[in-house]
Amino acid sequence: MKFQPNKNGYYGQFGGAFIPELLYPNVKELEDNYLTILESVAFQTEYKDLLQHYVGRPSPLYLAKRLSEKYGATIYLKREDLNHTGAHKVNNTIGQILVAKHLGKTKIIAETGAGQHGVATATVCALMNLECTVFMGEVDIKRQAPNVARMKMLGAKVVAATSGSKTLKDATNEAIRYWIQNPETYYLIGSVVGPHPYPDMVARLQAVISKEMKAQLKMQTGNENPDTIIACVGGGSNAAGAFYHYLENENVELIAVEAAGLGVHSGESAATSQLGEVGVIHGSKTILMQDEYGQIVEPYSISAGLDYPGVGPLHAFLHETKRAKFMNATDKEALKAAYELTKIEGIIPALESAHALAVLPKIKFKKDQVVVVNLSGRGDKDLETYINHLEK
Amino acid sequence: MKSLKNIFQEKENLLSIFFTAGYPNLNDTTTIISELANNNVDFIEVGLPYSDPLADGPTIQDSSQVALQNGMNLDIVFEQLKAIKETNSKPLVLMGYLNQLLKYGEDKFCQACLESGIETLILPDLPMVEYENHYQQLFKKYGLTNVFLITPHTSEERIRKIDALTEAFIYVVASASITGAKGDISNSQITYFERIKTMNLKSDLIIGFGISNNETFKTACQFANGAIIGSAFIKELSKNGVSEIDNFIQSIR
Repeated sequence: MKFQPNKNGYYGQFGGAFIPELLYPNVKELEDNYLTILESVAFQTEYKDLLQHYVGRPSPLYLAKRLSEKYGATIYLKREDLNHTGAHKVNNTIGQILVAKHLGKTKIIAETGAGQHGVATATVCALMNLECTVFMGEVDIKRQAPNVARMKMLGAKVVAATSGSKTLKDATNEAIRYWIQNPETYYLIGSVVGPHPYPDMVARLQAVISKEMKAQLKMQTGNENPDTIIACVGGGSNAAGAFYHYLENENVELIAVEAAGLGVHSGESAATSQLGEVGVIHGSKTILMQDEYGQIVEPYSISAGLDYPGVGPLHAFLHETKRAKFMNATDKEALKAAYELTKIEGIIPALESAHALAVLPKIKFKKDQVVVVNLSGRGDKDLETYINHLEK
Repeated sequence: MKSLKNIFQEKENLLSIFFTAGYPNLNDTTTIISELANNNVDFIEVGLPYSDPLADGPTIQDSSQVALQNGMNLDIVFEQLKAIKETNSKPLVLMGYLNQLLKYGEDKFCQACLESGIETLILPDLPMVEYENHYQQLFKKYGLTNVFLITPHTSEERIRKIDALTEAFIYVVASASITGAKGDISNSQITYFERIKTMNLKSDLIIGFGISNNETFKTACQFANGAIIGSAFIKELSKNGVSEIDNFIQSIR
């Protein structure tokens, strides 16, 4: 099991738990209990029941015929956009809220970039009657207004992160600082980032995506293995879920797509694998964008969900070992891909997911190549951006 | 320069001051150190400004941001410290985040510390397990010592382990908190300090986080070898620059 973390939470040289002593008891409690909880019958029963009846899983695996025709391959879309709350994020929040309940926690905190994780967290907190505080960068609060309104309607308190670049990285810093000062809270991290055991726990909870994919492909094509899986990567949770059950099968090509912003080398980008170097961010050793003195560089992407200067340690390892191919898409390319999918398939994708679609024109497919694009979220939250960039 | 060990042997009620290098101005580092030394501060913590200081409250965060805007970086701070290595009489402790050491290069960083007269490091995001697996060896090679933090939530078993690994002093974090002055010391904090004191640890103890004035300093000294003042000093610098350092220190003692 080459792509599973070791007992200290390392994937090769990446991972670990680089946390201040103040957080040690919290993280240790989670580390000691997460596997037992996740594997317990009680957890599994409730998790599966909620995923089916509350989230609406399994999400469809849809053969996108017109998209396939256009790119000369057999392209399926894994429809995470059809989940309750509009993205894959809820798979994780349902799981972690049950973990939090098993640990006896009553107060939940979370960080959010695009607001999808914030909404998914506020949703499960409403469902479970738990107090919810979401940290969100001031910049993101402005560009993702509908999600802010949703969180508030769901009863969550939204706290603006006003330090640094005022985006996802800073929201995460503020959540961690709050956690240090309120150790009785449960920190519900939204991606495969943070100290061990979060990257592994979140990957396991998102793994339902590739588990379903296997069964659906088997039924629809006779073969549970596709040739290629494409997913966008910010922190990397939807990609981790879409790749999970295929990680050890190297016949399946994995493509991770990062946000290149205005261009990889424009100085306005979030393409961590291309620009980053080994370092520590948010408690994890991984690849991150930093200057020559180790100061973390502020990333940029039109997509708030991909606007993160690191990647999860699993992805750093997939990049280093070349198990996954890392590609990227600019703001423009993502917008174009979003419009294309909308026009030919009638699906408005999230800006994040549009980055995954945007590499289709860059790949030379073999005839009959089976490709799954993980459509991680829907585009409702991005309508304002789409309208502003409406093709003239 | 006296070593930290000597200071702990010779004196009680040690006062340590933390400041962010490059704040309020890029070249204030040496002035601040000599002012603190002249006013009998016992040892000095030099903070490396960092873009994402997870363990720090708003005051130190802001000072870090200003210092970085002033152009402060590791090369400059090491140069500034080298320049006063021969004249400075007080032990220096460097406080930064692990990523700064990683990116600078582990050996290069340690070598630069040595050449700059630094003998002790505080890296709040360096956990014990990583220290034991790797950094203990590295620091030893350069004669550097490492400071661990303990908090009200650190278990007795873990405190004993930290005590065994400690060569400098144990940093007793006064409350479950990020850095920043909070005013008084509560009864529950006193209970926690008493608990640590009665453990009879072999290591020297310094209390920090939330120590801001004469009263809190005196209280902390009843339970430890001394205390560290950080955010309150940064606030003083932002109000009066480097001109009133003597008054500030006298108000603490």
